[in-house]
Amino acid sequence: MSDEFIQRIRTVIANSQKLPIDKVTIDSTFQELGIDSMDAVNILFGLESEFDINIPDEETKEIRTVRQMAEGVEKLIAAKAAGPAAQ
Amino acid sequence: MRRVAVTGLGVICALGRNTLEFWDTLIAGRPGIGPIRSADCSNLRFKNGAEVPDYSHKPYFDDKRADFIDRFAQFAVIAAREAVADAAIVWTPELREQTAIITGSCVGGQSTEDIGFWDVYRQGLNRVHPLTIPKTMANAGASHISMEFGITGPSFTISTACSSAGHAIGQAYWMVRSGAAELALSGGSEAPFSFGILKAWEAMRVVSPDTCRPFSKDRHGMVLGEGAGMMILEPLDAALARGAKVYAEIVGFGMSADAAHITQPSAEGAARAMRAALRDADVRPEQIGYINAHGTATQANDPTEIAAIRALFGAHAGKLAISSTKSMHGHALGAAAALEAAATVLALKKSILPPTANFNEPDPECDLDVIPNVARESQVECALSNSFAFGGLNAVLAFAKTGV
Repeated sequence: MSDEFIQRIRTVIANSQKLPIDKVTIDSTFQELGIDSMDAVNILFGLESEFDINIPDEETKEIRTVRQMAEGVEKLIAAKAAGPAAQ
Repeated sequence: MRRVAVTGLGVICALGRNTLEFWDTLIAGRPGIGPIRSADCSNLRFKNGAEVPDYSHKPYFDDKRADFIDRFAQFAVIAAREAVADAAIVWTPELREQTAIITGSCVGGQSTEDIGFWDVYRQGLNRVHPLTIPKTMANAGASHISMEFGITGPSFTISTACSSAGHAIGQAYWMVRSGAAELALSGGSEAPFSFGILKAWEAMRVVSPDTCRPFSKDRHGMVLGEGAGMMILEPLDAALARGAKVYAEIVGFGMSADAAHITQPSAEGAARAMRAALRDADVRPEQIGYINAHGTATQANDPTEIAAIRALFGAHAGKLAISSTKSMHGHALGAAAALEAAATVLALKKSILPPTANFNEPDPECDLDVIPNVARESQVECALSNSFAFGGLNAVLAFAKTGV
């Protein structure tokens, strides 16, 4: 994961949660950031726009940390790059 | 205060076009969930819904009249017609003036609005259809019912998301009980299968990709439904005096606000609404034998609702039979509580409890008797019908088997 990629993830979360970006780290948990289920849905919406991806519901169920979220986004970007057949 | 009887029912939904079809399908445990046909779902994450199969206005409204009535309001009128006929109401000018109409709807005629907005935003048209406003307004159901029967008494619409019809029927009950109305026609109607509305539900990530499995460990969320349920309420004495058929008595209504979160449910708020209904009914928790649950099959609702039931009923919770008929008729939003109230009234009348369909696997967080998959014969004295809306606005109705 590049620093620039992590920065984009943190920015989306910080903007969505209306938090200063330095509060959001790759190791933050949703609990620490006060992210409830509706907040998480809002963040997913922001990530879809930022990375031009489609995040299926089943990919989202177990995500509780910023790192898990970043890993999920990375996987979806790779799948998209591999072509529509891989999605 | 007067005792209040349910003397007429009308239903149209995925399970049938009248009360009899609805009930037969419910107790067969047969879901009305399948691929959505009235909207294009190719760009949606979910494809299934609980639609009224092959609905056309044709047998119900002539083309001219249908042009003026959105699908949601058509359903309201269709269910009202059945309820009025079922109760064998004989209209007089006095009765028309003393009759209340209280309907519930969540999205009203937004399907009509969706078409108009598509025209102006995407098709580049500079106008929408002139009937867009009167078709869209959420009170159109109540208005068309009033015109259908010439009912001139107090009439209005309540919109509290998924509790709409519960709040509506509760208000109607209180008006008849207090003498503010001699008769009430109340329920809810909904028709949310339009692309823009479905997209909004998709974005919330609460809709199941396949089917609705309330209280089952493998539940994946709700399935949207449509239709209407209407019931006739009148004073029990008046019903008996005119020799009307009595399905059940409505004996209590409780409301609460969670005051917590715009979408997350609260066990405390749910329990307070149930407690308020029991208090209003002057019924002890031990007298309740059946609860028609809100039971949406979302991750959040079902364990919260079970926790609320446990908190309120204590040891009696283990003796309760609970089912979510949303597993079959889907979540018809503002009509949901009306369909579920009809199911509850019929369960009392016929001494058969409808099941929770599509149930696969017990969830330790929902470990009460949820009548999995198979209807059950059971004499129940009193029953609750729960509705807990987004926005934390809760409505619970209490019904009792009539002793007469």
